[in-house]
Amino acid sequence: MNSFLQDSVFFGVFISIVTYEIGALIKKKWNVAIFNPLLISIALIMIFLLVFDVEYETYEYGAKYLSYFLTPATVALAVPLYEQLEPLKKNWKAIMAGILAGALTSAVCVLVMSILFRLTHEQYVTLLPKSITTAIGMGLSEELGGIVAITVAVIVVTGIVGNMFAEGICRLFRITDPVAKGIGIGSASHAMGTAKAMEMGEIEGAMSSLSIAVSGLLTVIISILFSHIY
Amino acid sequence: MKYLKQLLIILIFTFAGEILHYVVPLQIPASIYGLVLLFAALVLGFIKLPQVEETAKLLIEVMPLMFIPAGVALLESWGDLKPILIPVAAIMVVSTVLVMGVSGKVTQGIMTHAGKKQKGEAKDHE
Repeated sequence: MNSFLQDSVFFGVFISIVTYEIGALIKKKWNVAIFNPLLISIALIMIFLLVFDVEYETYEYGAKYLSYFLTPATVALAVPLYEQLEPLKKNWKAIMAGILAGALTSAVCVLVMSILFRLTHEQYVTLLPKSITTAIGMGLSEELGGIVAITVAVIVVTGIVGNMFAEGICRLFRITDPVAKGIGIGSASHAMGTAKAMEMGEIEGAMSSLSIAVSGLLTVIISILFSHIY
Repeated sequence: MKYLKQLLIILIFTFAGEILHYVVPLQIPASIYGLVLLFAALVLGFIKLPQVEETAKLLIEVMPLMFIPAGVALLESWGDLKPILIPVAAIMVVSTVLVMGVSGKVTQGIMTHAGKKQKGEAKDHE
């Protein structure tokens, strides 16, 4: 099995897309945050590799070509950011302050809890990018010397947590303004939270997607500074 | 040809980002330089939205696929994650709740303070 699959460049790409589509179908049928297509795809591929005793390298041999497009795709995030320019201009002080406060809260929280749990520097920088979009978080984790695979898992699960509890958290903190809700959700839980924000309303969705890019950029700078603290 | 031309423009910015990443001695990922450069070019009008829009949206739509290999790599790094599973879970939940609460609350506080939202029900300021 290994030797045949090893020769097939397309196996990795093929199984990635098939499992992702299965995930998308499941998500469509039961609209629950935990049924995230990305999570389902990753889980199914892991099960496949374990059951058929296929090496990760065999999968990665073809699948790595998928990752090659991550850098240009991240650059392309400039387009949705540009489209949010008008709403940003209207409330820019409140929005920038809110996103900055969120990014700082995330870094301080990870720092304090990493010290409490006595994590290593490598584990600490792995967690620093947890609230931002995977595209930026992956690159950041790599730059800081973190364990990229764990960063990806943590980002995805953070997004699911944010998606599931967004409404409850807004109620808990008495956040009633749609702009503030969107900023909070996007700052804490990137694209997966934004999916929830879009269900909550148009302003919430637009503000949440704006926070993805801005928070990602701010977190890069904050994380680099914070990586020297511990 | 439309998609190809748009991809070319995006790749030019990507490449410019990689050059900056190589030249500037900071830990900023190449993609971030590219993102900022493309955003600046759009704001300044060097690049018009229709020159990149379709390909950019296509790339963003298929982006989740690009994370799958890194996620599956967890099989390899499971040994690194296992001993810190509980701290990681705790950090994830606590910080997600706090980040969402704080950034939403600060945004709301400043907007209420600026008087832009007179009807806002928020009483406390951050």
